[in-house]
Amino acid sequence: MIKVKKRWVILVGVVAVLAISYLYLRTVNIPVLEPKGIIADKEFRLLLIVTGIMLIIVIPVFVLLFYILYRYRDSNNKKTKYSPDWDHSRIIEGIWWTVPSLMILVLSIITWRATYALNPYRPIASKNPPLVVQVVSLQWKWLFIYPKENVASVNRLVIPVNTPIHFYLTSDAPMNSFWVPQLSGQIYSMPGTRTQLYIMTNQKGVYNGWSANISGAGFAGMMFKTQATSLANYTSWINKTRKSSPILTLSSYNRLSKPSSYVKPRYYSYPSANLFNDIILKYRVPNFSYRKVV
Amino acid sequence: MIMGTIFASFWLGKLNLKALPPNYIQMGGAVMILSILLGLLLFITVTKKWKWLYREWLTTQDPKKIGVMYILVALGMLLRGGADVALLRTQQSISVGHNMGILSASHFQQIVSAHGTIMIFFVAMGLMFGIINLIVPLQIGARDVAFPFLNATSFWLFFAGMILVNASLVLGDFAATGWLAYPPLSELRYSPTVGVDYWIWSLEIAGVGSLMAGINFIVTILKMRVKGMSFMKMPMFVWSVLGSMFLVAFAFPILTVCLTLLALDRDLGTHFFTAGGGGNMMMYVNLIWAWGHPEVYILVLPSFGIFSEIVATFSRKRLFGYTSMVWAIAAIVLLSFTVWLHHFFTMGAGSNVNGFFGIMTMIIAIPTGVKIFNWLFTMYRGKIKMDSPMLWFIGFVVIFTIGGMAGVLMAVPPIDFQLHNSLFLIAHFHMMIVGGVLFGDFAGISYWFPKIFGFKLNERLGRLVFWLWFIGFLVAFIPLYILGFMGATRRLDHYSAGLGWQALFIVAAIGTVLIGLGVGVQILQIVISVRDRKKLRDTTGDPWDGRSLEWSTPSPVPVYSFARLPHVTERDAFWVAKRHKIKDKSSYEDIVLPKNTPLSMVIGISAFATGFGIVWHIWWLAVVGLLSVVVTIIVRSMDEDTEYTIPASEVKKMDRQLRAEGGLR
Repeated sequence: MIKVKKRWVILVGVVAVLAISYLYLRTVNIPVLEPKGIIADKEFRLLLIVTGIMLIIVIPVFVLLFYILYRYRDSNNKKTKYSPDWDHSRIIEGIWWTVPSLMILVLSIITWRATYALNPYRPIASKNPPLVVQVVSLQWKWLFIYPKENVASVNRLVIPVNTPIHFYLTSDAPMNSFWVPQLSGQIYSMPGTRTQLYIMTNQKGVYNGWSANISGAGFAGMMFKTQATSLANYTSWINKTRKSSPILTLSSYNRLSKPSSYVKPRYYSYPSANLFNDIILKYRVPNFSYRKVV
Repeated sequence: MIMGTIFASFWLGKLNLKALPPNYIQMGGAVMILSILLGLLLFITVTKKWKWLYREWLTTQDPKKIGVMYILVALGMLLRGGADVALLRTQQSISVGHNMGILSASHFQQIVSAHGTIMIFFVAMGLMFGIINLIVPLQIGARDVAFPFLNATSFWLFFAGMILVNASLVLGDFAATGWLAYPPLSELRYSPTVGVDYWIWSLEIAGVGSLMAGINFIVTILKMRVKGMSFMKMPMFVWSVLGSMFLVAFAFPILTVCLTLLALDRDLGTHFFTAGGGGNMMMYVNLIWAWGHPEVYILVLPSFGIFSEIVATFSRKRLFGYTSMVWAIAAIVLLSFTVWLHHFFTMGAGSNVNGFFGIMTMIIAIPTGVKIFNWLFTMYRGKIKMDSPMLWFIGFVVIFTIGGMAGVLMAVPPIDFQLHNSLFLIAHFHMMIVGGVLFGDFAGISYWFPKIFGFKLNERLGRLVFWLWFIGFLVAFIPLYILGFMGATRRLDHYSAGLGWQALFIVAAIGTVLIGLGVGVQILQIVISVRDRKKLRDTTGDPWDGRSLEWSTPSPVPVYSFARLPHVTERDAFWVAKRHKIKDKSSYEDIVLPKNTPLSMVIGISAFATGFGIVWHIWWLAVVGLLSVVVTIIVRSMDEDTEYTIPASEVKKMDRQLRAEGGLR
């Protein structure tokens, strides 16, 4: 009697925990599971497919585990068969070398194709030409340079919808990882190195971004917001910023790149055309000095 | 004045009063570690145990005692690593929005790094090498390891590394870089303090110890098996240790070299991994993971082996699919060197590279899955007894399977882009290392405890320990999977309000409290079991109806392990002998054992001096330490009188007496 009661308590407890968790999670934003960019969306679908395929094997494992534990428990041993010397079977072992291998074969094909399709360096097809944004991780904030638009911003990324964004990334700080989970997966930004990432979204909104790689004391303060807006709004933002913001000279860049964290968004106009490449070269060329803006 | 400064910098290097902890919280850590140390020293002095400690433990060459010392150190470090967790989770539960919590960012990051470093190198590795020392010689019917002096030296280097990590609590700071200290963050430019040096040199010293232990056990298993024990008759634990030790022998040199290069960057101004000067940090990331991924399998293979022993014993059935198991281990050993790049798919490699490493990673799931199925079918048609080692096994299968699924997800590069370095990853690898490695080690400890100490652990408390760990673990880590999906990255000392993270961090902290209670009950379990040791006494030497040779010896195992060497004709030699009532007919013989020597400990102390000297740039100390190591090795090599003999008649007398007392067959 007591045992039955205990089981009920556990069951009710588990259901209650699940229900509360579900109700709570409905109220909060879960970026990876609520993708808004086309890349993040494909990555999310891939996640669901791969999980589903794995469950084909994992569920039987759990069922078998608890079934065998229950049925062959010692106190039940009068009713069940006991074969202490039965220790191999080519057929049975063959099955569990083969079935998981087949599953992995399927997953491998999916992986290989997805790795190509979702290569972060792969341009996104669109009727709109891609917008180039250069990303520099500093100690401890993000600098976004729009080279063609002659605009730069700190800790605030503004992008138009329905336009592929082509990021070039580097770092004037230790390694960081650029990650806006609702738009796409992450990519490292590293000093002396240039990495790339393409994203695109068709939904307006404000999305959180982080640095996913520890880069020193102020690293937790590298959160930034990405605003995806209509092309018209984006263009007027560019024009307004270019007109009304201070010029990003070398000396203002040098001030900016000094360590600071939890930095509020800042805007600049006319960043040096060479700035991004110079930041990369700085780590490659001995005794490097910045090229003067002409 | 100037002379004084030069004088001080010669004798003390960079060490000065500023090295003392800067604030009350850090001071608290220092005071705690110092008072534990002083308390221990005082206790030994008051109880007048110094002589006993020196003779029986500090100078011992007996793997059965070295194993116990490894485990004691590891359990101590489990408490240290656990205390770190308490601070981390407290910080993350309250440091939201305007509240910056109780720890400074840099202190938080030091604790994160120390937690990872200590848990992997000084808890998981310590428990693993402890159990290997205790059990491998017994299972292969050997009285000792191949190189006893080297074995003791391995332990003392491990110990020296452990002391060096903890010294950073009192003097200076620890690396604030994460547990693998990626450059350029770990380079002098961004980490100018001694923290990274402490990290480098403690791992360098402990790593050399691990490498030597790895070679030692390869040779032990290859050369010292008892007559009749061919490879395919070895217990599965021995097989898995053999696999793991091969990995140690091949992987640890990479770690040693990688750390050395980083140290050269920091101390001599080279540019292997610096940002600038032609250094390449990506090289470091490759090297450290070329060691780091095999390291995971180094830890988990012996745990698999432990579970293979436990499942067969408690199902009272032969291990199912022995040959499959051996091939699975071999496959894991080979494959583990072909997957390291999955730790950094996000570094921008091309699709070919990422795709290849993703697929190789998934392939490892096949032999691992085969092992799980073999365990299930070992239980099938058995008579399963649910003692606490078996509970750990069930917990392991549940957690390891969930964690394994998460692992396969992250093996797909595009999915990894979304999960990498998030708390999802943290949940995944804790499920592998706690659920896989630690649960296995705990199962092994409760399983073999009576063999080593002569009495069982209290079973009721043992079950409570399991349930607290198991439930606490799920409560602590399931929220991290969700937090990962929510974009929470690892090593965050602070986050914005309104993200919905705080509630989950608090739930995770509650899980940590449950695990903490589990650890508390574990300590209680040991205390209570020691108190009731008469009642829990194992008089048979075979409390679980065991299968392999270690159970044929009396508990606790006498110094010579086997009075007469057993004969092996089949797998599960002892089980077969019991069933067919085979009596040992071999005669007693003289037994040769290594003499105690303090020289292993001297090497450990010297290595610590070298490490400490380099960390603080006290060069005379480093040189003296290094010279002392070399001289000690020379002195030891010249010593011809390193063994003693127990005559056959004496062995016979001791054995008869033990068996009469215990009522052994």
